[in-house]
Amino acid sequence: MPATFTRTPAEIDRKDTGIGGKPPVDRRPTGGGGGDDNWDNHPQGRRGPRELLTRYRLGLFFALAGDLMFFIALVSAFFVRQNAGHFDPRDNYVSDWHPLAVPPILWINTAILLLSSLTVEVARQHLFHEVDVMEEWLGLGRPAVRRALPWLAGTVALGTLFLAGQWIAWQQLASQGLFFGTNENSHFFYLITATHGIHLVLGIFALMTALCALFLLRRVEMRQIVVDCTAWYWHTMGIFWIFLFVLLTCFQ
Amino acid sequence: MSLAIRRRWFATTDHRTIGIAYLLLSLVAVAVGTVLSLLMRIHIVWPDLKLPFWGVVPPEGYLALVTMHGTLMVFFVLTTAPVNGFASLVLPVQIGAQRMAFPLLNAVSLWLTLVSFAVLLAAFFVPGGAPISGWTNYPPLSAIAAAGPGQATGMDLWLVSIGIFCFASVLAAINLLTTIISKRCAGMTLLRMPLTVWSWLVTAVLILFAFSILFAAVVLLLSDRHLATSFFVPPGEVIDGVLVAPHANGSPMLWLHLFWFFGHPEVYIAILPAMGLTSSLLANFTRRPVFGYRFMVGTTLAIGFFGLLVWGHHMFVSGMNPYAGTAFALTTMAIAVPSSGKVLGWLAMLLRGRDSRVHPLPTPMLFTLGFLSFFIAGGLTGPILAQPVLDAYLHNTYFVVAHFHLIMAMAGMFSLFAAVYYWFPLMTGRLMNEWLGKWHFWLSLIGAYATFFPMHFAGLAGQPRHYAQLTGSTSALSSLLPLQTGITHSALFLATAQLLFLVNLVWSTQRGRVAGLNPWQATTLEWAGTDVGCKVFRGPYEYRFHTNSADFVMQCAEEAEQE
Repeated sequence: MPATFTRTPAEIDRKDTGIGGKPPVDRRPTGGGGGDDNWDNHPQGRRGPRELLTRYRLGLFFALAGDLMFFIALVSAFFVRQNAGHFDPRDNYVSDWHPLAVPPILWINTAILLLSSLTVEVARQHLFHEVDVMEEWLGLGRPAVRRALPWLAGTVALGTLFLAGQWIAWQQLASQGLFFGTNENSHFFYLITATHGIHLVLGIFALMTALCALFLLRRVEMRQIVVDCTAWYWHTMGIFWIFLFVLLTCFQ
Repeated sequence: MSLAIRRRWFATTDHRTIGIAYLLLSLVAVAVGTVLSLLMRIHIVWPDLKLPFWGVVPPEGYLALVTMHGTLMVFFVLTTAPVNGFASLVLPVQIGAQRMAFPLLNAVSLWLTLVSFAVLLAAFFVPGGAPISGWTNYPPLSAIAAAGPGQATGMDLWLVSIGIFCFASVLAAINLLTTIISKRCAGMTLLRMPLTVWSWLVTAVLILFAFSILFAAVVLLLSDRHLATSFFVPPGEVIDGVLVAPHANGSPMLWLHLFWFFGHPEVYIAILPAMGLTSSLLANFTRRPVFGYRFMVGTTLAIGFFGLLVWGHHMFVSGMNPYAGTAFALTTMAIAVPSSGKVLGWLAMLLRGRDSRVHPLPTPMLFTLGFLSFFIAGGLTGPILAQPVLDAYLHNTYFVVAHFHLIMAMAGMFSLFAAVYYWFPLMTGRLMNEWLGKWHFWLSLIGAYATFFPMHFAGLAGQPRHYAQLTGSTSALSSLLPLQTGITHSALFLATAQLLFLVNLVWSTQRGRVAGLNPWQATTLEWAGTDVGCKVFRGPYEYRFHTNSADFVMQCAEEAEQE
């Protein structure tokens, strides 16, 4: 490449000192605060209290929409496969679809996952609690982090518990002689629970990253973003699981 | 290698550098893909020819060429270049943003795409060679390693490569969507976005849907191959007289549905950015506004929407329910409506701008007209193939090859060339050579029609695709040999003409005329220079917008200058 072309100084205004700017609360200035209140004069990313948060959320939701399509593909494969029977010459319907009774432990797992959604939501709410956020932003300790921490840790514990429960469910199926390759239906059971499980493993990594981020990130806003996106991801995985669980339980 | 260069290329999150890197990747891919196609063309007319380093190409070698040619061209050229390449290069500046919404993610998708490319090419060098089941890789033959020489490791590499590519593309699409929605500068309302941006918006949505589905299909097929499941493999599959290890009642149709649910939107992923570019360039070079901006936006959205509903027209002869075939025929003909609407709009622009147009037509405009020509020529056979009855005869013949090479490959490539010639100043600060560009255009136009138009006749005569040779024990097709020989010569001519483009690229990066800030006197923001606090006051195509206004008014110009 020739060096003739001058590039824009793209990396300059990314540096953030961690101080100054606006407090990351969802409240526009009421005016009367001097001439610095025109948000349009700020660099992009700092225009308004929630601009970055909105952007990261948007990216996450698009990613989850793609993920939803992935699961839709699996579910439609499930239905196609289920209806793939045929009529033999004597007009009997022949199908090799053997309905599978899901291990009852899945009900407990589902409850655990719902509970974990609740805990992560509490953690998320704590990070947006306005009084605490203002205190953090002013540098008067970290009450929001302190309050969110146990809930996040609890979510990690519940998530791990859910995965352990799924593992036990697999063990129970295996002890009935149903393995991944046994029949049509067990393919789908293992595949769906495994892909969902992988998503949850990623989710647990995200939660642990968020836990570390609470200590490492200096900007209040960035801490909010990490926890917020992780929480939305976790909720969505919970909702996906409800759908998949209903599919596996009721549509055999 | 100095640290600066390493930073510039290997650790960058700058959208412009990443865009250029994508385009260079596509350039390599298109070169490899073209060589593969030439080997195919040579083999089909001179099957006994000994190639250097390879000897006489075996039939499965021909199929490997077909597979890799299709995969390289569809994924690494027609998806990578118009969407990831040019969108990274141009899109942020066109909406007045400094960078993408997630610059690091952009770099990650670039590197994943590169890894995917390397994995795909590695398939040539493993035992058994590249996969041989075509770029669509229908099971059961793609699900069973014993089905052919390339179907073992080669097929696995193909699947892994495409899996990575899906992931990279979805990440890129997330980035594009977020950028378009959240990073527009002040005043850039949705209906002030250039039509290229609208195209990328719709394209990104399609990528999000289509590639996620393909990813699921790839996972299922890999599971069939290695985890002894049978999603796609029917029972009683016999290969070489040997019953393949017992498979339960899998359905190859399931793969077809999943694959084409990706595969048809993929066509629009390749061609929608070209449509947006065509509108922009026609406006620029006729010096008149786009004909019916809202109409163009509407047709783009309609094409995106219908594009998700027509996948079944690839499956008329696959054993799908005939009623479903009828439904898909209807949606397919419905999509011809917005497409024709766009074409009519462009023709109206040409008619309206016949007096005001730039004279003589510069190379980007020539290639845009070439796009239009191929889009019409290839599009006219679309409604023919959309009839299940006609498709029963024409399916899997050269007629289909002619159709999609004109409407997707040539139209797509010509639009890519237009984009390269038009946006070259953004990459290098220089213009490409006009004289070489015009020769490149005319020789390519002649070569492309001479190569792909006669294929219609081969198809009407019943010549199937994917046949390694026309002579031999079945000689019914040998009467088509002269036609195919002519096509091969045209293909060699067409490929040779592309050397002019390479020469032009190399020459122009070094010696091309320095472009200045706005060489095409365009109105969109990528030509506005690098002012940071960019604000937009008007729509994207104000060329002689009012009777007494200036020739063109940039989107960021505050007051229209009166003449």
